Amino acid sequence: MTTVLTEQGPAEIEARPTPDTDALWLDPAEAERVFGWALKPEGLCRGEVCIPVPAGSEADYVRDGAVNIAAFFRRLGKPVLASRDRDVWLFGESAGDRAAQLESLEAPDFTLPDLHGKPHSLSDYRGSKVFLTTWASW
Amino acid sequence: MDLPVWQTLYERLKDDNFTIIAVAMDSRDGDPLPWVEQAAPTYPVLVDRDHRLADLYNMVNVPQAVWIDEQGTIVRPAENAGAYEAFRARDPKTGAPSESATATLKDAKQTYTEAIADWVAKGAASEHVFDRDQALAHLGRPSDDTALAHAHFRLAQHLIRLGRGEEADAHLAEAKRLHPESWNILRQAIPPNDMGLAVDPDFIARVQALGRKHYYPPVDMKGMPSGDPPTAE
Repeated sequence: MTTVLTEQGPAEIEARPTPDTDALWLDPAEAERVFGWALKPEGLCRGEVCIPVPAGSEADYVRDGAVNIAAFFRRLGKPVLASRDRDVWLFGESAGDRAAQLESLEAPDFTLPDLHGKPHSLSDYRGSKVFLTTWASW
Repeated sequence: MDLPVWQTLYERLKDDNFTIIAVAMDSRDGDPLPWVEQAAPTYPVLVDRDHRLADLYNMVNVPQAVWIDEQGTIVRPAENAGAYEAFRARDPKTGAPSESATATLKDAKQTYTEAIADWVAKGAASEHVFDRDQALAHLGRPSDDTALAHAHFRLAQHLIRLGRGEEADAHLAEAKRLHPESWNILRQAIPPNDMGLAVDPDFIARVQALGRKHYYPPVDMKGMPSGDPPTAE
């Protein structure tokens, strides 16, 4: 199994073996389940947004009924990193998307555990004023 | 340490449709526990091992705070949470704190907590609430390098939890290189000294190299200390 760390959290996936160390090939259904991006005739789509498969390099993006999710993320300027053995992948968010989220002034939601492991989301506190502050033991 | 300060403020304002969420930017599981046991906060204290908040809100240090209204709108983007860099005025030989800088630190925190109370009482009419243009003017936006630094940091923390610290080190080094303004990334990686603080020669050298520059940007608020950072007397 391969672990992917996405904006939604960690997930275990079944990746297709490949000699290409920059690629992470997935069954389209797996790509949709974990990343929310669905393979359609227009390209890889999430909601209204579609990333067309670049003409001339189709085989780098979609091949043998599989999707190279890493290539699509890189095309969107999103950070993609992998561990040495390619068993852990990180799929981050682009600086542009982060900035756009902040510029909307809608506070980005997150879910984090308290010290007992109970998850709390910022959105649980909607309807109250929230003073969100950081600290550290160090 | 701010937790007791926030507790006093929380007890005063908690019945006014207000909460505090204090997020520990601590990658090692047990680290926040003694502090929380001592302060016994009744507001939520969360643990952010991967420093996700720094990524989402473009934060570089602790304490940094965001003011969020009832609709989930940011009315003050990530800012210095009323802290003052009094530690820079310590006597370089004895380490003794400077009296005047310590007094300024205390006043600054007081001014900041009173501003929060003013917001809770007056809502959008509070002078401390930014309108849209002011909020955008105070907003820090991440660069591509910053976004990539946070990705390296998060992957590193996952690898550390898998027991692959050596492999993680390369990602931490890359995070540090890509985002040199982040004290969060730098200091999380420093093992605690005898006093439990993440202070090492590299950190001390970096602070000294700041010269007249601020440790991290001071809060833009009436009544808060302004001008140059303090120096040893």
